[in-house]
Amino acid sequence: MTVFLTLVVIALFGITLWQMSKILKLSQAKTDNSQVANDKDNNLQGKLMLAFVIFLYLLTIYCFVQYDSYFLPESASEHGVDYDRLMLISMVLIMIVQILTQGLLHFFSYKYRGKKENKALFFADNDKLEFIWTIIPVIVLAGLIIYGLFTWTDIMNIDEEDGDPLIVELYAYQFDWRARYSGEDNELGKANVRFIEGINTLGLDVSDTYGKDDKITNELHLPVNRKVIFKMRSQDVLHSAYMPFFRAQMNVVPGMITEFAYTPTVTSDEMRNSEFMVEKVATINKIRREKSKKLVAAGDEALEEYTFEYYLLCNKICGVSHYNMQMKIIVESEEDYKAWLKTQPTFGEQLSAQASN
Amino acid sequence: MSVTQGDNHDHDHDDHGHHKETFITKYIFSQDHKMISKQYLITGLIMGIIGIAMSLLFRMQLAWPDHQFTIYEILLGKFGEDGIMDPGIYLALVTIHGTIMVFFVLTAGLSGTFSNLLIPLQIGARDMASGFLNMISYWLFFLSSVIMVLSLFAEAGPASAGWTIYPPLSALPQAIGGSGTGMTLWLVSMAIFIASSLLGSLNYVVTVINLRTKGMSMTRLPLTIWAFFVTAIIGIVSFPVLLSAALLLIMDRSFGTSFYLSDIYIQGEVLHNQGGSPVLFEHLFWFLGHPEVYIVLLPALGITSEIIATNARKPIFGYRAMVASILAIAFLSTIVWGHHMFVSGMNPFLGSVFTFTTLLIAIPSAVKAFNYITTLWKGNLQFNPAMLFSIGLVSTFITGGLTGIILGDSTLDINVHDTYFVVAHFHLVMGISALYGLFAGVYHWFPKMYGKMMNKNLGYVHFWITAIGAYGVFFPMHFVGMAGLPRRYYTNSNFPYFDDLTDTNVLITIFAIFAAVGQLVFLYNFISSIFYGKKAVQNPWKSNTLEWTTPVEHMHGNWPGDIPHVHRWPYDYSKTNENGEYVIAGQDFVSQIIPLQEGEEEMHH
Repeated sequence: MTVFLTLVVIALFGITLWQMSKILKLSQAKTDNSQVANDKDNNLQGKLMLAFVIFLYLLTIYCFVQYDSYFLPESASEHGVDYDRLMLISMVLIMIVQILTQGLLHFFSYKYRGKKENKALFFADNDKLEFIWTIIPVIVLAGLIIYGLFTWTDIMNIDEEDGDPLIVELYAYQFDWRARYSGEDNELGKANVRFIEGINTLGLDVSDTYGKDDKITNELHLPVNRKVIFKMRSQDVLHSAYMPFFRAQMNVVPGMITEFAYTPTVTSDEMRNSEFMVEKVATINKIRREKSKKLVAAGDEALEEYTFEYYLLCNKICGVSHYNMQMKIIVESEEDYKAWLKTQPTFGEQLSAQASN
Repeated sequence: MSVTQGDNHDHDHDDHGHHKETFITKYIFSQDHKMISKQYLITGLIMGIIGIAMSLLFRMQLAWPDHQFTIYEILLGKFGEDGIMDPGIYLALVTIHGTIMVFFVLTAGLSGTFSNLLIPLQIGARDMASGFLNMISYWLFFLSSVIMVLSLFAEAGPASAGWTIYPPLSALPQAIGGSGTGMTLWLVSMAIFIASSLLGSLNYVVTVINLRTKGMSMTRLPLTIWAFFVTAIIGIVSFPVLLSAALLLIMDRSFGTSFYLSDIYIQGEVLHNQGGSPVLFEHLFWFLGHPEVYIVLLPALGITSEIIATNARKPIFGYRAMVASILAIAFLSTIVWGHHMFVSGMNPFLGSVFTFTTLLIAIPSAVKAFNYITTLWKGNLQFNPAMLFSIGLVSTFITGGLTGIILGDSTLDINVHDTYFVVAHFHLVMGISALYGLFAGVYHWFPKMYGKMMNKNLGYVHFWITAIGAYGVFFPMHFVGMAGLPRRYYTNSNFPYFDDLTDTNVLITIFAIFAAVGQLVFLYNFISSIFYGKKAVQNPWKSNTLEWTTPVEHMHGNWPGDIPHVHRWPYDYSKTNENGEYVIAGQDFVSQIIPLQEGEEEMHH
């Protein structure tokens, strides 16, 4: 693949050099040395404009076909379905406009390339035309705005009373994440960085009884089809909790608690075995095996085989290891989730375990 | 100078040009707007070389993260030991690249150069309202450039919190090395830069309002001047807010205040700060940051309007709509800043408001794009290099602008926010577009600046390399972003999920190197044309505007005799009488200084 891409670039460079030499030859042959474009230049450049828009179309097609597997798979959250639909509508719309306007722009450049005997049309104004291309964007954008705003309000309307949402705290610090489950009472205990001491790394208020049954973990397990409300807290600088498969993102801001909520609908297993993901992971593992061969030849360890897991990434520049601040997310059935949660110690247990040491 | 002078202000500068000029007053501390514009251009180009070189370094790191490059060690010293780039210096490169390109190249280098050159020349003035302030403005810019470059040599590295310098990362040296001396120098440099920009902008506004020659009504101004004028106004409105943001940050850093800081535990220590909010900084920063996009872009659009009309040999289509669009964009640009903050934790209702205003801005932008396309229709297009770059600008402005519809929608922003999709979007719509505007301007007004012509064939080569390179870099980048790859990652190889993006990253980097090499053609052409270029004629592009009525040789005061009066708008290209003959027989353009001919009708003024 890389070889092919490199060849394409080399070929393009070659064409440029060839054109360059051609242009230089042309310029030497004639006596016109004014450095102002003449008919010959206009002719060549006009044709190149047409060639360029073809290049642009080919590039577009190439990218959509070749990078098809780059697009994220179908959303693993409830609101993500709306998100994806809005994205599709917007994408189709802008691609239509893109193809039409780029076509016109470059085609006109080609068609009306200057000739000495030609006369340009003195055409300075046309209220009707201008009205048309003002009103069309107005209508289209109004539609997009209204659709977008409805979706936005739905996503951002976080109601703790509605249904039985799970409340989880996401805690960010340079350079890792922690999750805090609210325990039996589904109520997070109070916390502040000023309480951080020893094993109390999240700064829970030990005098707050709500906090005693909280569970602090370094993996995020979520039961499928139950709404989860994230309360986010940062210990030091800005971070951003980015969960691309769930179409979810919110900044984590020191000094305040930010929120985001969604309902996961696809378990990790289902996603792993989806057609898209099987194919994607196979491609990735093929690449990794090839890399491993080189590594082993050089005396290094081979790369591990990759299996898909959902992840949460930090998406706000936060320091030197920003690029490696991630947490695993596992979406599983209610029973599996409960079984896992049972194995995790509560904050109260952690404290007394330490006290008894 | 005052408003009341009216007619007779033509004469009171006539004795200019007879001053005894020394080398220092002519080339260094010059108060002549033409010399100052050249100073801006050359300083901007030098900063541009630094900025682009930085981008090549971090693109190489992204494409070949496991590879060791000796060039890192040569250029980055201890941060590139054994040819391995330090993750901290990667962030610093990204930060300084952004800062330099946005402020030093595209604000000062583009707007500074062409506002200075063209405002007096195109409105028919002897010079700026205050030549002295203008000189101060340039030298403050120069000083800030020097400090910014010096900051690269700070012991713990230059500022590395991203060009948006969000606190607390930028406020706490404990959080990242670059937030020590490097960040202090960054802030000092930017404070001086803002002072420079304000002095410049005030001067531009006063000059456009007061010093127009007789007959040059606002509706006869070339679109370049409209663009520079409105740009200067939004600069005056928004830059002071960045200064306040920077001042508060300086206080948080040095004097223990808590404007942006609260509840922080770092390096095993709780900081005393309480009650501040980083979101406040984000609001203040983007109150400048968003208009800044248009401060960069509007001058480029003004320049291309002028160049497209001249080279299409047609009037710009919908002059009044173009002016209205500039005004609408300028106004809207000051009330859309929140679209950078949809997921910052601010109230989601605000997100709805900002979505609304943001998508509104697409309307005047669309009008401008359509008007450019219509200007080409049935023209007699003269493909000078400046024209190619102008058409290129329209193309990248459309491509980059369209993805703005996705990013401006708060819902869709959730999942593409801060990914490479954003990087691709803003590089096309403001970075590449504004650079094209800069190049178009240089090719078009080079004869006015240096009295020489640039080599057109080298210009063509430069354009095609740049055009292919720019799309080659930024078009595939959208798809990398759609994969959910965050920006500002030192390497993507820590997530196996992104392993299949490596080829594309390599492709992007190869295109970037290809495009950067193409810029050497421009540099060679620029420098050699200054010394060995063909001597220019007075009006090489057969243009209507006033600057082409001045002599090729520069003189202080611009016109040897009286300042010419203006009798028509600047876009009478290929205007014909009822019998189908050109208004002036045998010539398809009518300069603004030519009175209406017998039986000629004036365009709506």
